[in-house]
Amino acid sequence: MDVAVYKLRTPISEEDVRRLQLGDVIYISGIMVTARDSAHRRAMEILRAGGSLPVDLRGGVLYHCGPVVKKVGEEWRVVAAGPTTSIRMEPFEAEFIKLTGVRVIVGKGGMGADTTRACKEYGAVYTVFTGGCGALAANAIKHVQRVEWFDLGVPEALWVFEVEEFGPLVVTIDAHGNNFHERISAEAERRKAQVYEMLGLE
Amino acid sequence: MSIQVIEETAFNLLKLAATILPPDVKEALRRAYETETSEMGKAQLEAILENVRVAEERQLPICQDTGVISFYVRIGSDFPIRKGIYEALVRATKRATKEVPLRPNAVDPIQERNTGDNTGRHIPYVHWEIFDGDYMELIAFPKGVGSENMCKLAMLSPAHRLKGLKKFVIDTILEAGGKPCPPVIVGVAFGGGLDIAAELAKRTLLRPLDRPNPVPELAKLEEELLKAINETGIGPMGLGGRWTALRVHVDYACRHPGGYPVAVAIQCWAARRAAARINADGSVEYLTHKVG
Repeated sequence: MDVAVYKLRTPISEEDVRRLQLGDVIYISGIMVTARDSAHRRAMEILRAGGSLPVDLRGGVLYHCGPVVKKVGEEWRVVAAGPTTSIRMEPFEAEFIKLTGVRVIVGKGGMGADTTRACKEYGAVYTVFTGGCGALAANAIKHVQRVEWFDLGVPEALWVFEVEEFGPLVVTIDAHGNNFHERISAEAERRKAQVYEMLGLE
Repeated sequence: MSIQVIEETAFNLLKLAATILPPDVKEALRRAYETETSEMGKAQLEAILENVRVAEERQLPICQDTGVISFYVRIGSDFPIRKGIYEALVRATKRATKEVPLRPNAVDPIQERNTGDNTGRHIPYVHWEIFDGDYMELIAFPKGVGSENMCKLAMLSPAHRLKGLKKFVIDTILEAGGKPCPPVIVGVAFGGGLDIAAELAKRTLLRPLDRPNPVPELAKLEEELLKAINETGIGPMGLGGRWTALRVHVDYACRHPGGYPVAVAIQCWAARRAAARINADGSVEYLTHKVG
């Protein structure tokens, strides 16, 4: 795999994401918006009804994350903010990409066929940040611009972060229909017979 | 001594667990980093080690998912305090949520509302045990949901015995893939019943990674399963490599002649736990972390 490193600033163009390949490393500067389980549910209800979200995500970065935050005076500070498991958002994500125009999704653990198809069709990529690395991620978040949907609770609200070189993020679903997670699963599945044999199973 | 000592110790344990990995876990991660052959896997382990270092240095939570809080409490029959312990653990949890801080992770599923302080019905959850002695042992065990979601339990047929268990473990790991934040620690328990297998599988995650299983047959089974799991190639964070699991721990209970329950508890690499012993005179010894 020929790895290239790109530094991207929001808003990100379709051209910027179309040139990315599996295994490429990117760093994001600008704005990242968190949304996980309940926020995806609510976003879909609003978007399907023709409404708009409190944050414009065109050319934007969606982060599957529920941060640890602390309020100091009137200001929110991010204490830890690593990615959450992305596959839970799979039932919503293809339509989310279509309706919001988001260009980069950041999460962990990979996503499925619907998201992969939507990335190809609408020009987006899925990237992973190392799971569990909450302290490292918080380092790259310079400022909390605002928070929306706070009634969903701290982990599930929409947090609007200003970030500086957030990464390294590895591209694992590109904008051309390739999915690195599927390749690893297929390889593990291929090795299954051999693993069974090691354990005396048939 | 007063109940305040228990509350203070529980708070300290929650903070230690959230911010500093026990030395046996750090050592296992370092060894994995040094021996990982996949470039992508190695880069993930490098980030993990750097994150562990930064969190410890700045006293920040290692991972933003500071988990659902549970405690394992062992109380000596002659320990001077037995009243108000649960309430003290609840107070410690609320304080740690505010001061460490921890992420509020207790959602009331009837109201679908986050309680905001990591406490609520049955949370924090406490595993109680009484033994003959005069001290108390307290373990804080906050566990994230990424790995918890990948845990599995099956009531297998006794016809297949250990072969059925081995297949179930491998299939569970293959299905989990990169989702539980590998390299993971896998706790396996068999026998007993539904609750017993699950309880033992979870509890075996508390065993330090450098402590061998005292039962020779289980020690052998642990090695065999570890080798097989790492042959899947899932690797660190599921991006490929030789380290899918750091360790496998196995425990068991006697089983009913007609049953064969097997539980697989998966723990992410951020294997957070902290333990202390509170003596009858109120002095506290921390067992997993250096304090002072």
